[in-house]
Amino acid sequence: MSDPGTITDSGSSGEAPVTMLATPIRLDYQYTAGLSQSRFLQGIAQGKFIGQRCPACHKVYVPPRGSCPTDGVATTDPVELSNSGTVTTYCVVNVPFQGQSIEIPYICAQILLDGANIAFMGLIQELPATDVRMGMRVEAVWLPKDQWGLTMASVKYFRPNGEPDADYETFKEYL
Amino acid sequence: MADSEVLRAPHVLEYPYVRSVGPVIGAFLTGLRDGRILGAQSRDAQGKATVIVPPTEYDPVTSADVGALVEVGQSGVVTTWSWAPEPKKDQPLDRPFAWVLVRLDGATTAMLHVVDAGSLDAMSSGMRVTARWRPAAERVGRVQDIECFVPEAANP
Amino acid sequence: MSAAAGRATVRPVAVVSAAQTKSVRREDHRNEVEMLMPVVTDVFANIGVTKADMGFVCSGSTDYLVGAPFSFVMALDAVGVWPPMRESHVEMDGAWALYEAWTLLQEGEIDTALVYSFGRSSPSQLDRILALQLDPYYMAPMWPDPVALAALQAQALIDTGKATEKDFAAVAARSRRDALRNPNAQVAKDQSPDDLLRDDYVVAPLRRHALPPITDGVVAVVLAAEDRARDLCERPAWITGIDHRIEAHALGARDLAQSPSTRLAAQGAGVFDASGDAPGAVHVDVAELHAPFAPQELILREALGLADSVAVNPSGGALAANALMVAGLLRIVEAASRIMDGSARSAIAHATSGPCLQQNLVCALAAEPSGPARKGA
Repeated sequence: MSDPGTITDSGSSGEAPVTMLATPIRLDYQYTAGLSQSRFLQGIAQGKFIGQRCPACHKVYVPPRGSCPTDGVATTDPVELSNSGTVTTYCVVNVPFQGQSIEIPYICAQILLDGANIAFMGLIQELPATDVRMGMRVEAVWLPKDQWGLTMASVKYFRPNGEPDADYETFKEYL
Repeated sequence: MADSEVLRAPHVLEYPYVRSVGPVIGAFLTGLRDGRILGAQSRDAQGKATVIVPPTEYDPVTSADVGALVEVGQSGVVTTWSWAPEPKKDQPLDRPFAWVLVRLDGATTAMLHVVDAGSLDAMSSGMRVTARWRPAAERVGRVQDIECFVPEAANP
Repeated sequence: MSAAAGRATVRPVAVVSAAQTKSVRREDHRNEVEMLMPVVTDVFANIGVTKADMGFVCSGSTDYLVGAPFSFVMALDAVGVWPPMRESHVEMDGAWALYEAWTLLQEGEIDTALVYSFGRSSPSQLDRILALQLDPYYMAPMWPDPVALAALQAQALIDTGKATEKDFAAVAARSRRDALRNPNAQVAKDQSPDDLLRDDYVVAPLRRHALPPITDGVVAVVLAAEDRARDLCERPAWITGIDHRIEAHALGARDLAQSPSTRLAAQGAGVFDASGDAPGAVHVDVAELHAPFAPQELILREALGLADSVAVNPSGGALAANALMVAGLLRIVEAASRIMDGSARSAIAHATSGPCLQQNLVCALAAEPSGPARKGA
């Protein structure tokens, strides 16, 4: 290909060539939570974790998405879970990023609620980041009741509940 | 669960893309900012000389690299058109207008743009149109630097 | 390699089961997984198999509709791909997912595949999402909507003198009348072309009736090879040829009134007569053409050289239901279903992608793996 720069010699503006093009995009959606996630969020608004049990393998999923990812069947049986659970694994966030709302360092953990067969991600507070460990027993700390809503933000964070650490054997298959 | 209990919420996605445009598209956009329209010299499958407007780095049919960029006319022929009675968000004009493919004088291919014709009755394939530029101070190097095309007679 | 030589080496693969949702304007009480699950259940139950019988899973969808990245991964929960399954996804209509599965089946290592696609258009702004498939430098910044571009194509067709707005209305009237017999159709009614011509223009020369509906829907099929297909299905719909081709993206570099890529794909799929006396005339019982806009059916008919005897879009086609990423695979399902129910011996199905029929896939189906008897052969 010949050098296209040759045509710019008669450019009238004398300004620098255009090298970048801004193409901002905005898309608006009306998101639908679906049946199972709606039930879960309605439970949250009442201060409860509500999972769903698979009729085939009897595992309990929370938050539920309506299907068992192992069996591919609908999970329609609701199960109310404990407010306490076990840290299966965790990381300590030391890196600031855009939109960060929590002071670093902080602990981000996978939490297996008692009665559930899948862990979900939660924030651990009220202890130094160096003290968190696998198997630590934790409980959910909720906002004041009048601030509960259809959002996971109703749960402020998790904190140690004072129980002895769980045995590795009890959570090793959820790592 | 009753349908009314299913939760719904607005969800907005924004992508603030800024693209690097390379030597060919960049030269075309630079030309628009400076009030000129450029095309890329190429050859069709039969070896006949062509000019691709707007230019791409390669021939859209033969895939061969294109040659030098050349300036083409600011007027041309509407090869096909459609009439949008209700413009949508972010489209080039906020009043009823025509979408067109316009083959500029000296070009072989046609480019997508719009014609401010006032009414559907003013539109026809084969009609001649000419570019109406935004003021030089508003041009930044984008296809909307050409505000629209207008029927040639209306802009002598 | 000629298309004929290619066909000689093809391993017989057939559609042996199909399932779909009823197409609707807005399915907003179930998420994608909740929509897919019953369809996947049905497509297995039809032939008494489970996911454990599948050698491969391939899906087609687009994250832009869902508004979340890698949404196909979550959708796999509807299948339950554990223990780990061989799986793939195309960010395209499910017809291309079927092409990928068919290609893998050709290798002979697997005998079965599940193919599905999901498209829920209602949560999004479809006009804007489809503008984003356009080149981001010259076209997308002006946010041309799909109706505007299809209308450019319609006008180009009118300018050739081959069709008028009345022909567009006739396509729409026939499609929606045929859709009355399709329980899964979204738009079905009996109206005369003259009545339809009283519709307003959405973008001239396209009036309301020439546009597809906005649809939420899901479709799934099971493919099986050779004896496995015969074991699973009394009348498998054999894929006797399949190919896809693409044209230049720039609309102004194409003749919008023609579809050369459809013709090439059809040649690749081996649908044309071997004899030269009637070049291009396709003799099949049924053709399911993915023409979201009414004029596109006329362009496709000409590219395929369809004989007048061919029943085109007896399902109602994309004018009766047009879930994005689903409607192309649905054409294969509708064509295959007529072979599986014994009402047709041969069919072609077509799927399209991109603005103004930019990319086209043609799938030839028949009641016998060797294909329909060829005129002059």
